[in-house]
Amino acid sequence: MSTLTTPDAEAVWQIVASVLDPEVPVVTIEDLGILRAVEVDEAGRVHVVITPTYSGCPAMETITTDVVAALAEAGHTDAVVEMVLAPAWTTDWISEQGRRRLEEFGIAPPQARSSAGAVPLVLSVRCPQCGSPETRELSRFGSTACKSLWVCTSCREPFDHFKAL
Amino acid sequence: MSRQPTRDYALALGDDALLMAQRLGEWIASAPQIEEDIALGNLALDQLGQARTLLSYAGSLSDPVRTEDDLAYLRDAADFRNVLLVERPWGAGADGGPDFGVAMARLLVLSTYQCRLYDGLCASTDATIAAIAAKAVKEVDYHRDHATRWVVRLGDGTDESHGRMQAALESEWPYVEELFDGSFVDPTLIDAGVAMHPSTLRPAVLGQVADVLSEATLLVPDDAPVAAGGRRGQHTDHLTELLADMQGLARTHPGVSW
Repeated sequence: MSTLTTPDAEAVWQIVASVLDPEVPVVTIEDLGILRAVEVDEAGRVHVVITPTYSGCPAMETITTDVVAALAEAGHTDAVVEMVLAPAWTTDWISEQGRRRLEEFGIAPPQARSSAGAVPLVLSVRCPQCGSPETRELSRFGSTACKSLWVCTSCREPFDHFKAL
Repeated sequence: MSRQPTRDYALALGDDALLMAQRLGEWIASAPQIEEDIALGNLALDQLGQARTLLSYAGSLSDPVRTEDDLAYLRDAADFRNVLLVERPWGAGADGGPDFGVAMARLLVLSTYQCRLYDGLCASTDATIAAIAAKAVKEVDYHRDHATRWVVRLGDGTDESHGRMQAALESEWPYVEELFDGSFVDPTLIDAGVAMHPSTLRPAVLGQVADVLSEATLLVPDDAPVAAGGRRGQHTDHLTELLADMQGLARTHPGVSW
């Protein structure tokens, strides 16, 4: 979703879209679906809209700072970052590229959510190391709010799973 | 409509979440296993995030306007509007440390209530409350799931774990009913579709908790004298102690930022 209002808006979008997630620094905020809109008004002021993954995601302040810094570096010193809650973020907004990058980084990407129930039924999570479907959940909660902790019974390696929300 | 009723409603829900977050955080490095330290830390973070959005909204409706930090750090106990359930310590386990059974009993009740509450508030006519609820409902369903698994595992476990889980339930039960007392909600908010009357949540919440207890071979405790007053600012001394810890830094160094 982007709102482009001036000729260089596409270029500004690219600057913001390339900001990396501070906790999973192989995916961009665009990959994760956190970046919702970028607008440039006639005075050149940039208005960026982002949404948190979880209510308590501690990365939002860092992301805001990183967005402002990336824009300033490109000469856009007048920027505001707004955080919106609605519509609520879902892992379904993570792009195909984002899912691929997560897996390459060693994090099993989320499955598509079923429509009903907030805690989805997880059938099988593929090990991002060896590709085996023989894995099991160690804990529903992991190193960050968005991940659960799994172990592969084939290669014995533990790994993070980006859990569906 | 006056902003005061909506402000008070958001404040009460935000205080519930804030104090649950603070208490859950006490488990980090004290839980039975490291995965549980991490899990309860995650749950605390979710509750804190929900508290931040609710208190920020309450603060924006206050006159004069107050920030989330003003409300969290610069109010005295009598100005908090949380239920007593969330402010109390975790009891004393067999080793003298906090009681994990109490934590799971409380988490089961609170998260089941919050699931129903936020699910209903997704349809609130207040756009901000609806947006906060739509995010929160997905998070607290994970909390409910977590508590359910533990309560079933401990209740339907050994004689020792069964007895301690039942005792934990008995200790929390007098504080359950206050969740459904709607006297703190301005009736105009109900009429306008902004808020839910808490009593409407009671059958579904208690029914769902009873189902879990049944699966866990535990007994629903007998009706107990209701302990209440938190929504009116009448708290236990435990809240004062908790606030001394939580607010100490902000009060000792006014205006400090972190």
